Amino acid sequence: MSDISYEVIVGLEIHVQLCTKTKMFCSCELSFGQEANARVCPVCLGLPGALPVMNRQAVEYAMLAAMALNCEVSPFTKWDRKSYYYPDLPKNYQISQYDLPLGSHGYIEIPLEDGQTKRVRILRVHLEEDAGKNLHTAGNFSQVDLNRAGTPLLEIVTEPDMNSPSQVRALAVELQRIVRYLGVSEGDMQKGHMRFEPNINLAIKRPDGEFRTPIAEVKNLNSFRALERSIAYEVQRQLDEFLETGVTLQMGNKSTRGWNDVDEVTVLQREKEEAHDYRYFPDPDLVPVTTTPQWLEEIRSRLCELPLARQTRYVTEYGLSDYDAGVLTAERPTADFFERALAAGGEPKRVCNLLTQVGLKMAREEGVDLAALGLEPAGVADLAKMADAGTVSATAANTILESMVATGKAPTALAQELNLIQTSDAGELEGIVDQVLAENVQAVQDVVTGSKKSKKARGFLLGQVIQKTKGQANPKVVSEILDRKLK
Amino acid sequence: MSSRNLTAVELREAIASRRIRSVEAVQETFAQIDRLEPTVGAFISLFRDQAMARAQDVDRRIAAGEPVGALAGVPVAVKDVLCTSFGATTCGSRILEQFHAPYDATAICKLLNADAVIVGKTNMDEFAMGSSTENSGLCKTVNPWAPDRVPGGSSGGSAAAVAARLCPVALGSDTGGSIRQPASFCGVVGLKPTYGRVSRYGLVAYGSSLDQIGPFGRTVADAALMLNVIAGHDRADSTSVDETVAPVDDYLDGIDEPVEVLRIGVAPAFNAGADESVRAAIDAALDLYRNAGAQIVEIEMPHLDYAIAAYYVIATAEASSNLARYDGVHYGYRTPDPADYVEVYSKSREEALGQEVKRRIMLGTYALSSGYYDAYYLKALKVRNLIRGDFVKAFETCDAIVMPVAPTTAFRIGEKVDDPLKMYLGDIYTISANLAGIPGISVPCGLDENNLPIGLQVLTPAFSEARLLRIARMYEAATDWHTKKPAMVQ
Repeated sequence: MSDISYEVIVGLEIHVQLCTKTKMFCSCELSFGQEANARVCPVCLGLPGALPVMNRQAVEYAMLAAMALNCEVSPFTKWDRKSYYYPDLPKNYQISQYDLPLGSHGYIEIPLEDGQTKRVRILRVHLEEDAGKNLHTAGNFSQVDLNRAGTPLLEIVTEPDMNSPSQVRALAVELQRIVRYLGVSEGDMQKGHMRFEPNINLAIKRPDGEFRTPIAEVKNLNSFRALERSIAYEVQRQLDEFLETGVTLQMGNKSTRGWNDVDEVTVLQREKEEAHDYRYFPDPDLVPVTTTPQWLEEIRSRLCELPLARQTRYVTEYGLSDYDAGVLTAERPTADFFERALAAGGEPKRVCNLLTQVGLKMAREEGVDLAALGLEPAGVADLAKMADAGTVSATAANTILESMVATGKAPTALAQELNLIQTSDAGELEGIVDQVLAENVQAVQDVVTGSKKSKKARGFLLGQVIQKTKGQANPKVVSEILDRKLK
Repeated sequence: MSSRNLTAVELREAIASRRIRSVEAVQETFAQIDRLEPTVGAFISLFRDQAMARAQDVDRRIAAGEPVGALAGVPVAVKDVLCTSFGATTCGSRILEQFHAPYDATAICKLLNADAVIVGKTNMDEFAMGSSTENSGLCKTVNPWAPDRVPGGSSGGSAAAVAARLCPVALGSDTGGSIRQPASFCGVVGLKPTYGRVSRYGLVAYGSSLDQIGPFGRTVADAALMLNVIAGHDRADSTSVDETVAPVDDYLDGIDEPVEVLRIGVAPAFNAGADESVRAAIDAALDLYRNAGAQIVEIEMPHLDYAIAAYYVIATAEASSNLARYDGVHYGYRTPDPADYVEVYSKSREEALGQEVKRRIMLGTYALSSGYYDAYYLKALKVRNLIRGDFVKAFETCDAIVMPVAPTTAFRIGEKVDDPLKMYLGDIYTISANLAGIPGISVPCGLDENNLPIGLQVLTPAFSEARLLRIARMYEAATDWHTKKPAMVQ
């Protein structure tokens, strides 16, 4: 076994539902959780005589995503019919893009565990319509819900550039962050907004040669965890299979496997790659799309700084930890809020602590975006300034932030109201320190003699001073006075 | 005053000026239908009560001095390929025999907005595939001029209805000649507008890049009146043309004014394939134009010989995809006892689609298959471009092209049903206008030795329907062929 080594090879086919107002080719609103077949019309039902009309917003969202994925956007693209029979596909063809995808030859940078990034190439990005859903909950017949039929779907195909389960997960997470940043998709995997289908195989090296295992495509992955686990499972399964049977990649022996989320295994669905003939041809009902330079420019101007670039900048420019930078940039509203607070004069680390320790926690509890908590970035900046100036303690600042969310009041008013303004006046504190020292002779003794209890005794004295000021003494100033007096 | 001999233009004026009530016109229409429909078989469905109610409403509004539309009170028939929210929309197919569309086609909306009275939906070759209406899965239509002959197709029901005076005007659809050829066979006027002139929304698709809705009437002016109502851009059809690019004209305006400087193109070699009686009628028409001051120029159309081959690849390829939706799953006929979902597809289609439809689906499926696409579909598209080029070049030297509509007059029922290729070859003169997307009209221009009508075809450049109609009207005004009636309506 020791004379064998292998490399994992994974490429992804990804479907992302775009969050446009209406469907790809009709004016039905997008739906999630509606009563079955409530959001349908002659067009998305594929009724005789109905004709598709292109949704411009969907094309623009797709262009935006293609640009964010560093793709070349085709100056001329068109719509093709992809034919196959399935009950969830009312026309028995899907309107898609075949030989002239909207975007091609792009790449996505993904963060690696060692802090480096990796570039994964994007083969193509194209737009198509989603199918409906077949339901098998009734007795001896199936039902079809066409609410989803016609939802704009962005298909992204990567090159097989990923070499570990964690890289695949990193790409998925990064892509989710990107589409959410761009506002083109809600990107919720559980709701099927993003569907990942990895193609996995191994390149095996042994003294007797190099081998490739048959490619397996895995479907039915509803979470990042399932995505990562399924690949880890496949790696081991393919390795075992190779060692046992010696089977290698050949024309036509690609298989399709389904992920079983309960048993955490992949299950064979189709042994051999079916000889699909989709009979693609240009859809005569739709006119081709010319992406003029002006249009491209207009869409490009809507591009924002992408999450990974922003995260890196927070580390280098603001000195935040990579972890904190990741938390702040996970959602665009959070990062935007953070930057508005900085623009209002907040110190980055202090603002970061307030937001990550209190703001995001409360937002999570409320189930809303940070920006929807009702906080003003300028208010958070003011609070940060107060904490930096020692006007309030770090703990008090957290308390004030909580109250700001609850009451909507300004931090200065709340600090007064809650009696959280620190005393940093050395003269005033000195008297209190003297009083405490006089009342606690034994503790003073312990500190001065440097006994085992010295450290504990000093902490006790500090605590007494803080208590006497009802928590308003600046601990830093008290500590300095104590040090001086107990020398 | 009987409404039956009035044209649509005359009838709407008579109704608007209250010389005839719409109710009377509709009653006479149904009386004529009751008399002749058992022989002709033009209709798949009739809307007697609904039509009477609409006619009463129009009469009431006219009496009250309210404004009414351009077809107010005029009985109209529509080919059963147009979706209507009332009655069934069958496309002449058993697979849609029970299909009730939940919406109206744009052309239907426009007719209704113009206050037309839709009296019924007409028979057709199943899914508009055919040239004789014999491929209807639902009923049989005969030629009013000779009940042992076909009315032509695929819009045979609409052509026969107008010829038999069952209604003054009707709508059809033309993918490879399906308006012009039955118009020619039945001795009426049939107009195929430019591709993109009339919205296809709600027209059940056969060959989407070729299909176009158009009118039948007994006169050129009636065709113009109908085009006035149905033409125009529609947001719901991406292939309907922006009116800032190609404005819609008032097609009746100036229709009687002859085109003063007129060059008519003729391709003698191409026309030589027609029967002698047809050629003689076309030659006589050319003489008439020449005598009216037109210049007759010879044109070359080198690629028209390939039109039929290209058409039957493109139309069937599109059809194979367009008809995939008739699968028994969502609507229409479903096989009674399927073993699994694949059988829902295969048996429903096997049992409810006709031979010709199956043949074309298979042809088209083959043409689009991997490995054959380039040799068939792609090559056909190239031929299509060459044919377009032939027309562009021809229209540099002439304003209109004149040719036969069909190589023969109406043939006998059953004569060609066992020889589809022979049937396809009959489309030789009509197909190229669909491939090129240009407008074409069929105008009655003679009767052959069997007293069967002959049609004159005039073709003009895209979006020049106003001119096309005027050129056709020049011929009509100088002849009386359009006034000839089949024996059954004497």
